[in-house]
Amino acid sequence: MATELHISISAERVFSFGRLNVSNSMLASIIVSSLLILFFVAVNRSLNTKDKKIRPLQNLAEYIVEGFYGLVQEVTGNHQKTRFFLPFFITFFLFIIMNNWFGLLPGFGTIGFVESETATEHAVLLQKEIDSPVQTVQAATDQPAVATEEEVIVAENADVKEETSEHAKKLFVPYLRAGTADLNTTLALSLFTMTMVQVVGIKYLGFSYFKKFFNFKTPITIFVSILEAVSEFAKIISFSFRLFGNIFAGEVLLMVIGALIPLLVPMPFYGLEIFVGFIQALVFSMLSVVFYNVATIGHDEH
Amino acid sequence: MNTELAIGLLMGLGMLGPGIGLGFLVGKALEAIGRNPEATSKIQTNMILGLAFTEAIAIYALVMALILKFV
Repeated sequence: MATELHISISAERVFSFGRLNVSNSMLASIIVSSLLILFFVAVNRSLNTKDKKIRPLQNLAEYIVEGFYGLVQEVTGNHQKTRFFLPFFITFFLFIIMNNWFGLLPGFGTIGFVESETATEHAVLLQKEIDSPVQTVQAATDQPAVATEEEVIVAENADVKEETSEHAKKLFVPYLRAGTADLNTTLALSLFTMTMVQVVGIKYLGFSYFKKFFNFKTPITIFVSILEAVSEFAKIISFSFRLFGNIFAGEVLLMVIGALIPLLVPMPFYGLEIFVGFIQALVFSMLSVVFYNVATIGHDEH
Repeated sequence: MNTELAIGLLMGLGMLGPGIGLGFLVGKALEAIGRNPEATSKIQTNMILGLAFTEAIAIYALVMALILKFV
């Protein structure tokens, strides 16, 4: 039992808010979002227009923004486009990297509660199990053959159900889970990105953007446009699975190593996970900017 | 038992391609750095981006294996 690991591929429900189920990854991403919002509100407040002194917070924020400006400028090569894409880039990057790194904090995935919601159901099923042998005995005394068999099957079913609910009862639910270690979060991010790609394309090219998907000049272009349309959906999947897979695999790796040798050995893996979190955030936001940029360039121009 | 076999095959075969790809990537990047040591930082960042993409293919296999194992 000591070596049994708690690995759940999906986020678990922590509490319900009306009909909205709040999962542990949602909770973590809300915390991350509010921290980011607080940071930037604080930066906005610290902007000092009276004397021309730069305060430390403003300095930090300027460092972040300028660094990313250069990065996006390298991709687009156009200041107007850069100014348009930069907010998306920084938002994606900071949100993803903070979510990745928050998942490494102690307490994530380890502090939680044992799911007790199934307890009532469990009791009911137990009652059923107690009832059914009596019925079987009665049936056996009254009518030997057919009824007994039926009752036995019922009793067996009750047994199986009881076992499963026993297993569900012991379910451990952590309060917090890294936001990006949940497929829902990454799918939402990638859906937003790919929708924004279409929006950017329409903004820059107008309706001639759709020539990419509906081009009936020659059979070859028809085939190419079908491929373009399919690749747009493939990008959603690859975006979401890349981020989710990397972060979730990292969590599993840390958990397995921690279970094998808990002392000192997981340390280099934590370093690796910090690096992977940074790289994945960079890859996600960089790729989204590259796709925005590709969408702004007309099909005939390149 | 069938699922376990599938997971083993999936991981083993799924890691083959990305492994070869990562080897090529790092090898070529080191070659480039050896030829032009001044461009080390530029080559390194691009290499790491490429590594992330190549690794992602292995991660897809890993995700499928995890889904088979835990869902």
